[in-house]
Amino acid sequence: MNVAVCVKQIPDPAAPGSLHPDTKNLVREGKLILDDSDSYGVEMALQLAEHAGGGEVTLVSMAPNEETSGLRTALAMGAARAILVSDETLAGSDALGTAKVLAAAIKRAEPDLVMAATESTDGYTGTTPAQVAELLGLPSVTFAKRIDVSEGSVRVERQTEAGYDEVECPLPALVTVTAGVVEPRYPSFKGIMAAKGKPVEQLKVTDLGLSPDQVGSAGARQEVTDVAAAEERKAGEIVVDEGDAHERIIAFLEQLKVL
Amino acid sequence: MAIDKVWVVAESSGGAPTSLTLELLTKARSLGSVVEAVAWGGDVASTAGELGSHGASKVYDLGDLGDALPGSRVAAAIAAQIQAGNGPDLILIGTSYDGRDVAGRLSARIDRPVLTNLVDLTVEDGVPVAHHAIFGGTQTARSRFTAEGPGIFVVRAKSFAAEPAGGPAAEVAPVEVPEAGATDTARVRERHVEERTGPQLDEADVVVSGGRGLGQAEKYEMIEELAKLLKAAPGASRAIVDAGWVPYAYQVGQTGKTVKPTVYLACGISGATQHMVGMKGAKNIIAINKDQEAPILSIADLGIVGDVHKVVPKLIDALKARA
Ligand SMILES: Cc1cc2nc3c(=O)[nH]c(=O)nc-3n(C[C@H](O)[C@H](O)[C@H](O)COP(=O)(O)OP(=O)(O)OC[C@H]3O[C@@H](n4cnc5c(N)ncnc54)[C@H](O)[C@@H]3O)c2cc1C
Ligand SMILES: Nc1ncnc2c1ncn2[C@@H]1O[C@H](COP(=O)(O)O)[C@@H](O)[C@H]1O
Repeated sequence: MNVAVCVKQIPDPAAPGSLHPDTKNLVREGKLILDDSDSYGVEMALQLAEHAGGGEVTLVSMAPNEETSGLRTALAMGAARAILVSDETLAGSDALGTAKVLAAAIKRAEPDLVMAATESTDGYTGTTPAQVAELLGLPSVTFAKRIDVSEGSVRVERQTEAGYDEVECPLPALVTVTAGVVEPRYPSFKGIMAAKGKPVEQLKVTDLGLSPDQVGSAGARQEVTDVAAAEERKAGEIVVDEGDAHERIIAFLEQLKVL
Repeated sequence: MAIDKVWVVAESSGGAPTSLTLELLTKARSLGSVVEAVAWGGDVASTAGELGSHGASKVYDLGDLGDALPGSRVAAAIAAQIQAGNGPDLILIGTSYDGRDVAGRLSARIDRPVLTNLVDLTVEDGVPVAHHAIFGGTQTARSRFTAEGPGIFVVRAKSFAAEPAGGPAAEVAPVEVPEAGATDTARVRERHVEERTGPQLDEADVVVSGGRGLGQAEKYEMIEELAKLLKAAPGASRAIVDAGWVPYAYQVGQTGKTVKPTVYLACGISGATQHMVGMKGAKNIIAINKDQEAPILSIADLGIVGDVHKVVPKLIDALKARA
């Protein structure tokens, strides 16, 4: 079984984010890393392919500056190869533009299953995967917390408001995973060495048969007009517990008439 | 683009519109002159009263979707209406499990962008402007579409207060759902409901949440006991949801629930931006954390620097003594 996994490469979320003063796009300069949210999809894909007794895991990513650091991490975990779309015309792409690029790249891998995260750490629109599925004409199951594949279909436990649904879907299909579905493996030293030699296919927008006006800021057809500091919540009273902090809490609740 | 007609994708649960749906309808009333809802599920007629009182003059009824996941079919039905020239100027969809599926698929189908994670929506010079909380809610970005509509907006829960306007029941208009082919082949085989007692997390007046500072799964019982005594809903940070201590439905934050209770009591939660964005709207915040530097203390109205294993049991005992 061949699995394509969408992996986003993002600026380190531990570093404070910023917006470009003119375009107001998220600044994505410097080294990018594998989005933690996608490490679950990579791990799940590897386990499903192993379980199916063969098949390849192909990574698909769209990122600026031919960035491959995040891809190398996922290759070191065990993915076989990667497709990277990197093109100046992609700057400022919105979710739909991104989905057009990803869908076209995924098509080349002819996967049985496409995996993505429910939402990315930096963009968190949570709509890209459904857009990819629609563009590829695939069924999709989002918010998977468990996935099993057997005989041409995928069975997913999908998170719901009330609990979860068991959903069955014929392959090929797209599934998005939530954090915590599996424990992503740490790349081994051997894996890291092997990753250096694995193929990363580098593509441009025109290689995918897309025109530049469908992607990037031109295709986004939306703009951020301004950014302002939100109203700050001021810290209130800080009390160091001396064994009687619970009384302060009770007094506060009484004052609020909660008690 | 003048806003005349606004559609709200109206989800329901147990024969009643979800609170998020009513929030969206309330907002829709202030945006356009005609507000209509798009609903499904076989019991749409029973929701028409409440949809109407919150502003919908009409509800397009897609019928019972059976075991199908809604995303693909609902998007196909809306796209067909738009292509037939019966579409709205603006579509409001809630940030929910199915809502995001509908939004993504619809966007691809009609080739229109989506604006997501809205916490407010205003109209300026006749143009809808989306407001988003970014960088953990420390900044607000405003954005808008630059091309022809309909604009698809995905709005976070609790962004608006739901208020009935007292209108008559919405007229129920059955709508044909077109074939959606391979995109519509996922089927629900079984639905599992996880038991939960006490008030709903997103509706409770008081929320008591626990985080990794509890140390181990068993200690979450302390949070549940405290919640019961305060008639509160228990909640959680993602760290302990991912660790499997509590179900996902308990999660507060960016990927979980947005809560706006009168009191939010955070026990052993650091206050990561993704957690805070889901609870910063609480009227009052109490936090217990042993680390004076924990970010949550910088937004707490009452911050206790202390050990949850000492403070919470004493609080429970004191509340029991009052009962
Ligand atoms: C895309 C994305 C989405 C996310 N969405 C969410 C979300 O929706 N909700 C969410 O919560 N998180 C979310 N997160 C995760 C978030 O970044 C944090 O990792 C998480 O909130 C941390 O949970 P925590 O505060 O319980 O744990 P920690 O950050 O580990 O904090 C534990 C705290 O407990 C304190 N502590 C330890 N022992 C004690 C004690 N004995 N007494 C008192 N205090 C003690 C510590 O000082 C510390 O401050 C998301 C992350 C990403 C990348
Ligand atoms: N540029 C990208 N490259 C690869 N995958 C992506 C990209 N953008 C989004 N995705 C996938 O879509 C998911 C949801 O992203 P988002 O819509 O930004 O929340 C991500 O977690 C990835 O799996």
